[in-house]
Amino acid sequence: MSDTPTVPFRILPKLTDANREFWQGGQDNELRFWRCQDCTQFIHPPQPICPSCYGKNLRVEPVSGRATLTTYSINHQPWMPGPELPYVVAIIEIVEDPSVRLTTNLVDCDHADITIGMALKVQFEHHSDTDGDVWLPLFAPELGAAQ
Amino acid sequence: MTETLDANSIIERRACVTGVGQSDIGRRLGIDPLELTLDACIAAIEHAGLTPADIDGVATYPGPMAVPAGFSGAGAYDVIDAMRLSVGWYGGGLETSGQLGSVINACLAVASGLANHVLCFRSVWEGTAQGSKGRSAVMPGSGGSGSFKASGFTEWTLPFSAPSAAVWIAMFAQRHFHLYGTTREQMGWIAINARRNAALNPKAIYTDPMTMDDYLGARMIATPFGLFDCDAPCDGATAVIISRVDRAKDLRNTPLRIEAVGSALRGRPSWDQFDDLSTMATRDAGAQLWTRTDLKPSDVQMLQAYDGFTFLTMSWLEAMGFCKVGESGPFVEGGERIARDGVLPLNTHGGQLSAGRLHGYGFLHEAAIQMWGEGGARQIPNNVEVGAVAAGGGNTCGCLLLVKE
Repeated sequence: MSDTPTVPFRILPKLTDANREFWQGGQDNELRFWRCQDCTQFIHPPQPICPSCYGKNLRVEPVSGRATLTTYSINHQPWMPGPELPYVVAIIEIVEDPSVRLTTNLVDCDHADITIGMALKVQFEHHSDTDGDVWLPLFAPELGAAQ
Repeated sequence: MTETLDANSIIERRACVTGVGQSDIGRRLGIDPLELTLDACIAAIEHAGLTPADIDGVATYPGPMAVPAGFSGAGAYDVIDAMRLSVGWYGGGLETSGQLGSVINACLAVASGLANHVLCFRSVWEGTAQGSKGRSAVMPGSGGSGSFKASGFTEWTLPFSAPSAAVWIAMFAQRHFHLYGTTREQMGWIAINARRNAALNPKAIYTDPMTMDDYLGARMIATPFGLFDCDAPCDGATAVIISRVDRAKDLRNTPLRIEAVGSALRGRPSWDQFDDLSTMATRDAGAQLWTRTDLKPSDVQMLQAYDGFTFLTMSWLEAMGFCKVGESGPFVEGGERIARDGVLPLNTHGGQLSAGRLHGYGFLHEAAIQMWGEGGARQIPNNVEVGAVAAGGGNTCGCLLLVKE
């Protein structure tokens, strides 16, 4: 970890009514997903109907922010301006529903200690933008968790 | 999914490959991509012993696309117009079962009588279009402009600095490594096998010998992928003629009948939401193929399987049942089984890794060349009567079984 963390260049998502709660939940330190209020199915990415019951009674709900590492890659290639190389791209599944996954970055973690299945906790990287601020959900090893 | 089909329902068997053609291939040819495309199309028509007047169908993947640069050299309309073709059926598009999805569509078109001879093509000019600046330079938003915003499927990857299929597919490989103990040394045999075959292919891009040390020593791209796990962007076009069998009898080449196709997608169409991140829709297309034929994987004498990244070929080996799930690493280790004189010759032209990223169609071209005995120095020693072709990865996968009768 750097002593003076800087926020890397990121291409930010185009905000819409469907995705705003997800990308701005970090303002309240919350990871949020759409969820069907009829059958409890989490829904990601956002879509107009529940993929399980096809209902439209959908709301955004916060989850714990705890997750499990499904897989990862340590990226060495300078595709574009971004985090300092090498950085870790990961796919995580949230503990509330392992079928809900995010592509993200694994941070605050020695690359030699990365293990698929490790317990993770969300943290947010804030980006100010004239089109609306964005808080990217990144993940770090969960403190105190048995790895 | 598992219901038994009567043979009359498997209508791809009424279709066959009757000719193939290819343009010049190179890293940066600087040739108009439509010209490259037409070179391949005209060569394929001639190779089949047909004339342009016989062509009454056109199929292509992915159709016209401006982005990524060079990803598509021409669309169906471009070729129909440039050659003044008259067609009973045509189609082009990205949303199909990988690059071979367009060929599968052509098979259905000839089988149904909408066309007799379909000209199928795929052309790329990524080498020239991306210039000497490398792939990084063509990534969206790479200029550092804060005004570009990610949307569509890139919304969920670009903000995390994961813009490339190299990274997405590396994560599938990493999970496979985790579950099955697969190693870089095993995966490397896909690249080494491709390179030793490319040395015998006059059109291949990279022909210098590659050792395991070369492979392991190459710079890392995205673990577990190093440079030689990634294919080589190039300029080039490939065309294939799909004919109905009753129209193929007296043509130049022995028809290569389509015995069965696989086109299934049974997980979410997504790189990160797919149900099993150690496999892909390869699993679904491969399984479906064997529900449409009495042949077995052990009957197949040659496999030409997509290697946009080394791991994709390993995924196809498992998906099509040439080895058990999780055992593609041991299967390719040592490179003997997959050599030209092995039990399952693999990517005998050098694949996209060494012969250039012709994007799917290069494998079908090579399968036909081998089955017609036109492979020259790289010809498989045994007469190949049953061959398999597979292309794509992630959620966009298709495969074919060819029989020479």
